[in-house]
Amino acid sequence: MKTARFDRLLSGYALLVYLFLFVPIAVVVVFSFNSGRHVTQLEGLSLTWYEQAWTDPFILEALRNSLQISTASAVIATLFGTAAAIGVTGLRPRAQRTIEMMTYVAVVIPAIVLGLSLLLAFVTFADWLNPWLAYLWPGDTPPELGLGKISVIAGESVFGIAVVMIVLKARIAQMDASLRNASADLYAPPLRTLFQVTLPQLGSAIFGGFILAFTFAFDDFIIAFFTRGQSQTLPILLFSSIRRGVSPAINAIASVLILVTLLALLLALFVLTRRGRSTAGAIPEESAQEPPARGGGSPASGTPSGGQARVADPQPERVRR
Amino acid sequence: MTSTARRGRSSAVAAGPAVLWFLLFMIAPLVVLFVVSVGVRGPGGGYLPGFTLANYGELETRLVPILNTVRFSLIGTAVTLVVAYPLAYYLAMKAGRMRMVLLALIIVPFWTSMLIRTYAWIFLLGNNGIPEVLSTLGLADDLRLLNTPFAIVIGIVYNYLPLMLLPIYVSLERIDPSLRAASKDLGADRLATFRQVTLPLSAPGVLSGCLLVFIPVMGEYLIPVLLGGGRSYFLGNALADLFLQSRNWPLGAALAGSFILLMSFVVVGYSRLTRRLAGPLPTEGVL
Repeated sequence: MKTARFDRLLSGYALLVYLFLFVPIAVVVVFSFNSGRHVTQLEGLSLTWYEQAWTDPFILEALRNSLQISTASAVIATLFGTAAAIGVTGLRPRAQRTIEMMTYVAVVIPAIVLGLSLLLAFVTFADWLNPWLAYLWPGDTPPELGLGKISVIAGESVFGIAVVMIVLKARIAQMDASLRNASADLYAPPLRTLFQVTLPQLGSAIFGGFILAFTFAFDDFIIAFFTRGQSQTLPILLFSSIRRGVSPAINAIASVLILVTLLALLLALFVLTRRGRSTAGAIPEESAQEPPARGGGSPASGTPSGGQARVADPQPERVRR
Repeated sequence: MTSTARRGRSSAVAAGPAVLWFLLFMIAPLVVLFVVSVGVRGPGGGYLPGFTLANYGELETRLVPILNTVRFSLIGTAVTLVVAYPLAYYLAMKAGRMRMVLLALIIVPFWTSMLIRTYAWIFLLGNNGIPEVLSTLGLADDLRLLNTPFAIVIGIVYNYLPLMLLPIYVSLERIDPSLRAASKDLGADRLATFRQVTLPLSAPGVLSGCLLVFIPVMGEYLIPVLLGGGRSYFLGNALADLFLQSRNWPLGAALAGSFILLMSFVVVGYSRLTRRLAGPLPTEGVL
């Protein structure tokens, strides 16, 4: 009797916390469709504010910069992070620990510290290098190094690489080493094992890491705040307009940002969980689906035990990637 | 032998770019930070090389934001813990099949931009938000919520709840149900079971959750600026002002440098302490 009441109380509490989590975001989205000028009085539905945001050249410029920065840093993070996560397993324990330590630092270091350290480093080095560049440059207008999109990309990638490495590390730990060993036993050169065995198994995790790195860079405010120089990003534009006062147009931009992030996140979640289930001991099932697409595979590949046979099969036509 | 050597080399090549990136854009800038912190302020702001500890001596003048930040971070962490624990308990023990969905729902807002999450509360706490609703209902008049310490704490709880909740959830979820059943069989009531079995066993989760919240809150910039109205001057505001406004880089670097050192001590000391406190706890103390 008493237990039931306690459970009800607890469920009620949980509901309250979920409301606390979602009502603020919902309010921002709802008010972005408000037709009136008044920020806090709902007058009717309209897309006025989206239209206004969409035709504002400053907002568009900031959006373009944000997309460029987050795409570039997510690509860097995915390439370098993936290579490192795979490579680190072949290093000596001490080197492994050092790299793990760096990854850990990249995640826990307060963004504000990283941001202002990068600011100092970039400005100091640009001050040193610019006279040399001017001296050595053949033309009349030497390029000037300084803060800008490049420095923001460099900063965002630090965290991105760490995130990709952490996501992949978890997946590599789950991976069945016997597949790689089988490939090596059957005389596949290491690179071929990498492209035919390791990378396909990691595919979904790599994609998930890319999306996480992208959303982080797209939403980040603090690192860009310090390292951007004169370039504008969407979160920074949003910040300066918030400081001037709330407006319905801010709600519209915020809603677009929320939508982009959530869509990317859902995609990542979908891919990660779907693949996670299928690699957790169900490799045969995967292989059973794949042979038709590959054309005349080995006879064994249709059977449940085909996973290893497929991997081991040394037919040259398999070298596709 | 040669093949392992070759394997080691190709591994090093693969790990190289990431390591280089960390060295160039994380480690080197941190070194630069400490070098600048012992330098001299340039005539128009900026930095001139030098060696002086004067900047660290001058930190005394920034004691207010430091103490402010520590105080708010402690309060914010405590409130977040109080809010998160019952929910983690509910998710781990009562949620049943909905558990994974409910957990995912906790994380979803966390991945939307922190700026927007904080902005949403300006909107809600501002004069036309909750205060107006309350005064229309006749509950409270002239209530000011925005730009108060209360708003800052709300912002901390809202933004960092998942970081507290997830480790607690994990440690609660790992508790063997038979332990709690045994406690009940031995005549302990709900409260006694919670105090003597569940709570001690979830201590590791609580302790790591607190650390995970405390660290980023100490470096917080957006919450005090947007929700505190700049009245409660935080370390983050002080750093941003020193670097971007008054351009006193050496002093800013000294402040940031001591912040890093302080946080490293906190992390190391805290994990030593928790290992001693929570280390031998699982099952031994109960059985």
